[in-house]
Amino acid sequence: MMINGIEDEDKWLAEGIAAIQHNAFYMHRALDANNLREALKYSAQMLSELRTSKLSPHKYYELYMRAFDELRKLEMFFKDESRHGVSIVDLYELVQHAGNILPRMYLLCTVGSVYIKSKEAPAKDVLKDLVEMCRGVQHPIRGLFLRSYLAQISRDKLPDIGSEYEGDADSVMDAVEFVLQNFTEMNKLWVRLQHQGPGRVREKLEKERSELRDLVGKNLHVLGQIEGVDLGMYKDAVLPRVLEQIVNCSDDLAQYYLMDCIIQVFPDEYHLQTLETLLGACPQLQPTVDVKTVLSQLMERLSNYAASSTDVLPEFLQVEAFAKLSSAIGRVIEAQVNMPIVGAITLYVSLLTFTLRVHPDRLDYVDQVLGACVKKLSSKPKLEDQRAKKQVVALLSAPLEKYNDAVMALTLSNYPRVMDHLDNETNKVMAMVIIESIMKNYTCISTADQVEVLFELIKGLIKDLDGTAADELDEEDFNEEQNSVARLIHMLYNDDPEELLKIICTVKKSIMKGGPRRLPFTVPPLIFSALRLIRQLQSQDGDVAGEEVPATPKKIFQILNEMIESLSAVPSPELALRLYLQCAEAANDCGLEPVAYEFFTQAFVLYEEEIADSKAQVTAIHLIIGTLQRLNVFGVENRDTLTHKATGYSAKLLKKPDQCRAVYACSHLFWVDDQDGIKDGERVLLCLKRALRIANAAQQMANVTRGNSGPVTLFVEILNKYLYFFEKGNPQITSAAIQGLIELITTEMQSESTAPNAASDAFFASTLRYIQFQKQKGGAMGEKYDSVKV
Amino acid sequence: MLVPGKIQHIICPGNLCIKEVHDYLKTLCPDLHITRGEYDEEMRYPETKTLTIGQFKLGLCHGHQVIPWGDLDSLAMLQRQLDVDILVTGHTHQFTAYKHEGGVVINPGSATGAYSSITYDVNPSFVLMDIDGLRVVVYVYELIDGEVKVDKIDFKKTTTASH
Repeated sequence: MMINGIEDEDKWLAEGIAAIQHNAFYMHRALDANNLREALKYSAQMLSELRTSKLSPHKYYELYMRAFDELRKLEMFFKDESRHGVSIVDLYELVQHAGNILPRMYLLCTVGSVYIKSKEAPAKDVLKDLVEMCRGVQHPIRGLFLRSYLAQISRDKLPDIGSEYEGDADSVMDAVEFVLQNFTEMNKLWVRLQHQGPGRVREKLEKERSELRDLVGKNLHVLGQIEGVDLGMYKDAVLPRVLEQIVNCSDDLAQYYLMDCIIQVFPDEYHLQTLETLLGACPQLQPTVDVKTVLSQLMERLSNYAASSTDVLPEFLQVEAFAKLSSAIGRVIEAQVNMPIVGAITLYVSLLTFTLRVHPDRLDYVDQVLGACVKKLSSKPKLEDQRAKKQVVALLSAPLEKYNDAVMALTLSNYPRVMDHLDNETNKVMAMVIIESIMKNYTCISTADQVEVLFELIKGLIKDLDGTAADELDEEDFNEEQNSVARLIHMLYNDDPEELLKIICTVKKSIMKGGPRRLPFTVPPLIFSALRLIRQLQSQDGDVAGEEVPATPKKIFQILNEMIESLSAVPSPELALRLYLQCAEAANDCGLEPVAYEFFTQAFVLYEEEIADSKAQVTAIHLIIGTLQRLNVFGVENRDTLTHKATGYSAKLLKKPDQCRAVYACSHLFWVDDQDGIKDGERVLLCLKRALRIANAAQQMANVTRGNSGPVTLFVEILNKYLYFFEKGNPQITSAAIQGLIELITTEMQSESTAPNAASDAFFASTLRYIQFQKQKGGAMGEKYDSVKV
Repeated sequence: MLVPGKIQHIICPGNLCIKEVHDYLKTLCPDLHITRGEYDEEMRYPETKTLTIGQFKLGLCHGHQVIPWGDLDSLAMLQRQLDVDILVTGHTHQFTAYKHEGGVVINPGSATGAYSSITYDVNPSFVLMDIDGLRVVVYVYELIDGEVKVDKIDFKKTTTASH
């Protein structure tokens, strides 16, 4: 067949249609006149138009449809013997006198249709005759359409069970035979289409050929709808023949399409029962056939079938569906040596999806699939292909999504082996997926062994793997990763202190390999886990006499110390200081004075040596003072040393206002409201007075540098502190002192050299209001404030 | 409730720690006010903040700066200093709501139930404030033993307290 140009084709088509219409016109006239001879003459001429070689399949179809419509009218005429007076048997013989085979065959099929309907001969005989005679037309397109015509007119006349055309025994087999034969011949013709035409033309041809596929596939649909085709007949007669044709035709387009057809057309139950046969065809297909998709489709259908009802499941086990699919996939991969790795992995993903849906309780199956994948991956060097990597991630994510339990994944022996074959980048992606699954499902990771396996899996996030430099990574991504690890650490827990301690130690071992960039993220959550454990142990009664218990607060404090020390490598002095203070307070709560003192010392050392930024110093000193204020475990000497240091550093802060505030904060170090708390009124007053002096100095400095006094806020703050201790009953704080302060502030505010400041004014005003309120309270408080005049 | 669009303002004393939490809160409500906690990486959060909502002036401070930690009298001093009706503060991871002559001090507790050296057995909690005219209703949500418990406290601002 030669294709010259679309315009030419359109012209020929138009010519063909015109010719058909022309002949049809005369045919109609003949029909109206009940003139059989003329009708046959003109119909034959009309049908001759279908003898053309000039049209592409698409255009030929249009021509065919015109003829088809006309033939329906002719058929009606044939059916009515009273109109033409010829018996159907004779008619059947008569039309065979047509000159050319193609018109002859179309007429014969048309008569054949009437013949079968008349029941003057068994359907099977007529059909057999027709299907064999069609062999006379070997031209691919003409033959295809002719047989398609035969298929169309025979559809409703097959000798099926329960049909009016049912013959004697085995007539279903006859129907099947007929359809199979037509199918086989049509497929051969269809495949032959591809061998014609050179190069670029072939590409166009392939596309057009593809459009014809439904003509061939229709036969399978018909087979699927024959009532009499039960599982047995399908297994013994239908499937083997169809597969034979599929394999033998060696055409990738046909093979792919027809395999897909089988899967879609026939019931899932049949597929299950013929699994071996069906799968057996797969390795025999052309290497260019996308067998992955075929198998995926099959597995998808079977999965849906399994999901449709629980009764079905035993069948899967009985036919050993998993084993068969598994080995079939193995054979396909083996047979297709040139299959790229992504193809193999995609197959395993499909198989895994099937397994998770049909046999979710069989973790051994799941592990098996992973194992097969490992084997395949081992045969290649590290994965380079992006799509393949994505598929591996999909493979590993599937069990996580199915079970919503990452711990399941930890029990699959091949899981880490698959991960080992990933490059570092993808390894990290997968690690994040695992962590996300844990977070989303609140999965409890509760044993040290599980933690060990887990951290081995996510090792890409925990430390630098060979070949990567942490510097290469985008900062935001890196932070996100590490924060995920931090969150994960919070999820590791066990009620049993011994086990929890084991977990903490396991994690510690792991994160210590992380390097300075990771420690600031990973150390704090572990520290707090440990602190929580200590608190838990506190609430339990002391050591069991005589038993060496690994989990004691003392041992845990040692571990804590080591962890915080590691931060010096970063370096992270501010973070370390905060953590030391947390530990100090925890040690205090356990009554461990030396431990608490040691932690405090460390905090001070950091303050002295590492924290130089003035703003950071202010925060740090307040944290030190705030913590120290709460500790009651220290004996007098130790306490004195620490408070002395605290007040000393407070007075040495850079800015005077900061000094002032830190120093008056220190006043609280000497007054603790508890029953046994220290209540050293003198030292409190000393602090407050010192704060006053610093405030004064600040005022004067501001005078000098800016020409006016700074805000009196500091004085008001100190006044408030005076009131605080006054109310607490510090005998060193007198109402006279308070009065004095009030007057001092009032004077300062009214002074010419002071710039007005709304904030300080408001602060002072509300303080005075407070005093007034306290006075009006009456009772003991009112009495106290009696001598204070506002 | 924690759906975008339902809350008009978010007031957070601090220790969100990482940017992601900040971003998450932003999705609930764009008007986000935060002060700096000692573990916040973001250095630009202020130490204190004041804002006005309706008839109320609110003050915000993490609280590690106010010694003794959690001491209500010392917090009342900060409240006077900031000149606010309602002081929102944190650090202790323990919900408290305290009314004194100068106004109200509210500590919403820890939203995550995080460890605190100050409070044992931290229950996750947060607070919703409904400000309407001179009245504020404080709803506190606490997660105790797996159950959410809600409590309600009413505060009225007297107009004579001129701020």
